[in-house]
Amino acid sequence: MREVVVLGVGIHPFGRFGDKSAIEMGAEAVRMALGDAGVTWNDVQFAFGGSFEVDNPDAVLGRLGRTGIPFMDVYNGCATAATALELTADGIRSGKYDIGVAVGMDKHGHGAFTSDPVHYGAPSWYGDAGMFLTTKFFGMKINRYMHDFGISHETLARVASKNYENGSLNPNALRRTPMSVEQIMESRMLNYPLRQYMFCSPDEGAAAVVLCSAEKARQLTSNPIFLRATALRTRKAGAYEVHSSSTFPEHEPAPTVFASQAAYEQAGIGPEDVDIVQLQDTDSGAEIIHMAENGFCNDGEQEQMLADGDTRITGRLPINTDGGLIANGEPIGASGLRQIHELVQQLRGNAGERQVPGNPKVGYSQLYGAPGTAGVSIVSL
Amino acid sequence: MPLVVPFAEDVFTWPSDKPQLIGCKCSECSAVFFPEQSACGRCGSTAVERELLPTTGTVYSWTSQEFLPPPPYAGGETRDTYQPMGIGLIDLEGVVMVEARLTECDPDRIHIGDRVEMVIVPFRSDDDKDVVTFAFKPV
Repeated sequence: MREVVVLGVGIHPFGRFGDKSAIEMGAEAVRMALGDAGVTWNDVQFAFGGSFEVDNPDAVLGRLGRTGIPFMDVYNGCATAATALELTADGIRSGKYDIGVAVGMDKHGHGAFTSDPVHYGAPSWYGDAGMFLTTKFFGMKINRYMHDFGISHETLARVASKNYENGSLNPNALRRTPMSVEQIMESRMLNYPLRQYMFCSPDEGAAAVVLCSAEKARQLTSNPIFLRATALRTRKAGAYEVHSSSTFPEHEPAPTVFASQAAYEQAGIGPEDVDIVQLQDTDSGAEIIHMAENGFCNDGEQEQMLADGDTRITGRLPINTDGGLIANGEPIGASGLRQIHELVQQLRGNAGERQVPGNPKVGYSQLYGAPGTAGVSIVSL
Repeated sequence: MPLVVPFAEDVFTWPSDKPQLIGCKCSECSAVFFPEQSACGRCGSTAVERELLPTTGTVYSWTSQEFLPPPPYAGGETRDTYQPMGIGLIDLEGVVMVEARLTECDPDRIHIGDRVEMVIVPFRSDDDKDVVTFAFKPV
């Protein structure tokens, strides 16, 4: 298979933007990515667009130019952006195309996501009973994890505080005000042990990447960033997942574990080779669990790592350097491409105030969410 | 006496002196699921049969639902009347784990590893009937 390069990245800030449509934001993100890549929309041979709220992401064509190219709309839960990225990369790996765009956009209202449980394969009464909430799943998952591996409530707050601090250095973030561990610990309990300021918020925004075959990229850039791996996995029977009315007493590992293993294998590296990490922090507990599920530590080591500041920008394994979902919020279609945008800025040394020192060379990103779908991508110089 | 009706059909046996959750078991691979479904979620076999589940178990994990769940929640409370509820993942004697409401949601009163039993609790009051649901209560 052919190698793929991330030629350009673009982002529309994440936040709340009144009447501005997700499609306008998506078009802006694509324009920025094209400018960054040094190509024009006429050079783009195909595209994938991801969204939860927008039925027809291909409407960005009306803002970019209706060139007639194939434009495919995708939705795959919280892994939507990783899916658009993988499919775009596959179009180039296969030799079918040389230059493609993956774009994600969304515009959510306030509050936890909701939908018809039947459309998620859950029983219709699951919603009636008040169970059809992603937040209660995350509460239960981290509560058991804390019990099994000795993670403290303060460590949950440390994760959120770190991400708010990183978000304060990111002009594109929704939340740019630092918050102390104490403030987070005093915020309202929503789903024990998770408090209000430990959760991300659904919001609005867009992000885009231009992908290119490595061969073609030689003519276009002297500093390519390679997309070394993309992997998607769904939950196995017996995994305890979002919107599971039942599971087996002996749990299977979460889909992230399998996506992570596949991505490392594809890239020919291990977690010890990764310099900078973006993880799905739907809540601070999810970041803790995902550190282990992606191979960055053993279960329970997070307690000491957070106390030592290991995952801060200046630590030995910086995680969610742009503030993650906690500071940026989650426009579902765009979230994973925001992660790639940040990794590319960091690998290029262009991350400004939040630049990780020591010239990071390998970046890793992971998405996880309803209905139990995970996506992992790895980029490197 | 008002009529007492379950909040949904085929979730637990009703009316009954000892209501049980209605799950299913795969005839091919023996996997158990709740609620009853048309095919096995592990092997895909359509040879699944109704199985009544144990009424006792152990709390594998739990959380509190402190805010009023948005629609389609049908408990009938308002933001002002809503009282936080507990939600648990209950290991029913090694047969299957189910998500269920708990009668407790205070960390001093419910813990991972607690033994619990199934009870029928009020869910909502309609004009002419009392609607009930299933929950688990510490033994």
